[in-house]
Amino acid sequence: MRFAKIDWALAAVLGAMAIGVAACGSSSSSSSSSVPTKIGTAEGQLNLVAWEGYAQPEWVKPFEAATGCQVHAKYAGSSDEMVTLMRQGGGSTYDMVSASGDASLRLISGGNVAAMNVNLVPEWTNFIPQLQSPSHNTVNGVHYGISLQWGPNVLLYNSSKVKPAPSSWEAIYSPKYKGAVTVPANPIQIADAALYLSKTQPSLGITDPYELTEAQLNAAVNLLKQQRPLVKKYWTAAADEVELFKNGDAVIGAAWPLQTNNLQADKVPVSELIPAQGATGWADTWMLSSHAKHPNCAYKWVNWVSTPKVQAEQAISFGETPANTKACPFMEQIKKGSCVKYHANAPSAYFESIKFWKTPVKNCGNGKTDCTDYSVWQKKWTEVTA
Amino acid sequence: MSAALFRRPWLRGGLLLSGPAAWFVLIYLGALFLLFLSALWSVDSFSGKIVHSWTFANFETLFNVPAYRTIALRTVGIAAAVTVTDILLAVPFAFFAARIAPKRLQAALFVAVLIPLWSSYLVRVFAWRLILAKDGILNWSLEQIGLGSVNIGYSNWAMWIVFSYIWLPFMILPVWAAIERVPESLIEASADMGARGWRSFRLILLPLILPGIVAGSIFTFSLTLGDFITPTLVGGAGSTFIGNVVYQEVGISNNVPFAAAFATVPLVIMGIYLLVARRMGAFEAL
Repeated sequence: MRFAKIDWALAAVLGAMAIGVAACGSSSSSSSSSVPTKIGTAEGQLNLVAWEGYAQPEWVKPFEAATGCQVHAKYAGSSDEMVTLMRQGGGSTYDMVSASGDASLRLISGGNVAAMNVNLVPEWTNFIPQLQSPSHNTVNGVHYGISLQWGPNVLLYNSSKVKPAPSSWEAIYSPKYKGAVTVPANPIQIADAALYLSKTQPSLGITDPYELTEAQLNAAVNLLKQQRPLVKKYWTAAADEVELFKNGDAVIGAAWPLQTNNLQADKVPVSELIPAQGATGWADTWMLSSHAKHPNCAYKWVNWVSTPKVQAEQAISFGETPANTKACPFMEQIKKGSCVKYHANAPSAYFESIKFWKTPVKNCGNGKTDCTDYSVWQKKWTEVTA
Repeated sequence: MSAALFRRPWLRGGLLLSGPAAWFVLIYLGALFLLFLSALWSVDSFSGKIVHSWTFANFETLFNVPAYRTIALRTVGIAAAVTVTDILLAVPFAFFAARIAPKRLQAALFVAVLIPLWSSYLVRVFAWRLILAKDGILNWSLEQIGLGSVNIGYSNWAMWIVFSYIWLPFMILPVWAAIERVPESLIEASADMGARGWRSFRLILLPLILPGIVAGSIFTFSLTLGDFITPTLVGGAGSTFIGNVVYQEVGISNNVPFAAAFATVPLVIMGIYLLVARRMGAFEAL
């Protein structure tokens, strides 16, 4: 095994490559196009980045039949992943993304999503007022997407093993269920800890779980570090958490209502609740890539998912609240009592009670700029889970 | 044409090798080279675009943040534990298969070692996930025989078991070949001189099959070192491997340069490992 001679030859080739690489700078400029005024001919394809459960055959198949747009959905497990997927391949790989509030502004400021014409989505006028032009998808009066659904992150527990039923988020921070707790593998989980601390340790002065000073962030991170030995697994996909609960590896954890629905459908004895401290949550928006290859199918898609019927189907399937106020009767048709259960009839007060995901930034919103931004959160989260 | 090639053997050799050599240089070494290169870039956190200016910041983060040290040490530690486990399992098995088992049993054992490799890696890991789960087959069996239950699903123990299982054939095969190659007469001579079984094994057989063991360990160690699927599927809280960080940095955080920087760590470790392995004659046993 003598490599010495070959080494020199390789070094020469690699040297030549180095010059080649250095010469190729990347140049990709974002081209901004103006908003379309009518929806053109469907392109036949539509590539989506979506939350698990957002592209169910129940409403995708009829859409494909009605418009001829074949839907290809890629499920993402976190907002970070959504942002990355939308930036891949120069942003033309995917046409739309169901971004939550902690991804939408990043996509807007990165130039990854295009302005949309709300006049091409008639149902938009029936949306609850809070979701017509919310600050997480509308900047300076320009709409960068159409709101979809919203809901809370819930406390999920196995009702035959967790007794008495929990009423506080304390259940996932106390050693009582050591080794049987599961929480999302997602840096935004720090906000859940901050929300809990804002109620249990008022002296920290946390008013918004996404606007944390360094001291407040450290308090939340310390709580999460204490939680770490209790955690069986940090789940990355909703299906992971479902399996943990099915096989008895987890009995309590932070979840989406989707998992509760799926587990109950499989006859696993689980319940969910919004604990006394309140909950974080999401308000999702279908956003259009600024380099979308199939914009007409995209507009047809947002129109489809904004109709009261599809809004109702998705709301019940995932366990969330529709943006369209006309969805209620359709929900009652599918499942009696679901309109009240998912707050589709009187959402305003309930809407205000949820702390929606947003990207932590330096600006604390009170004129101060000593808050910790998301890159700090990501580093701290790595420290917690490593 | 053929006469010209016959008169110039170097030309013939060159033409024969040019295809594989080009592939090797462009695709294989080129990728490695780009890896090193991009490790020295950074990402603009606002736009997510790669900044093509040289910096060692990624490597500084790697060394200064304790979390990454923990992850690197965990990865190397479990890779080492898996290697040792596989050696302990493979040597007696290979010894039995190569020296004691009759011919027909030998063939059956050979097939038994290879059969798991016919099924998908993912299927086998998922199967283990079900076996080790709290309400899984393992605990059910333990309870049937009155031993209570263990809680090792989704943990580093689970990873150790699964890795040891998955890579075991890669240890058995080179050790088997090495044991087969040792002449029976050496063992007999040792016995004639009065050495009992264990002594013959330790002083005669073991030194002769050591290159085979080291060759197998290259597989078990490097395959564990680079894996990220088993930690994702059967690992628990605190089972992050280097591969998981690389995967997250590329797929979730969009920080390819940092992923590249972390990916150089196993490369360096394997480089050192291979140098030591070469000293021990492992390459002759491959």
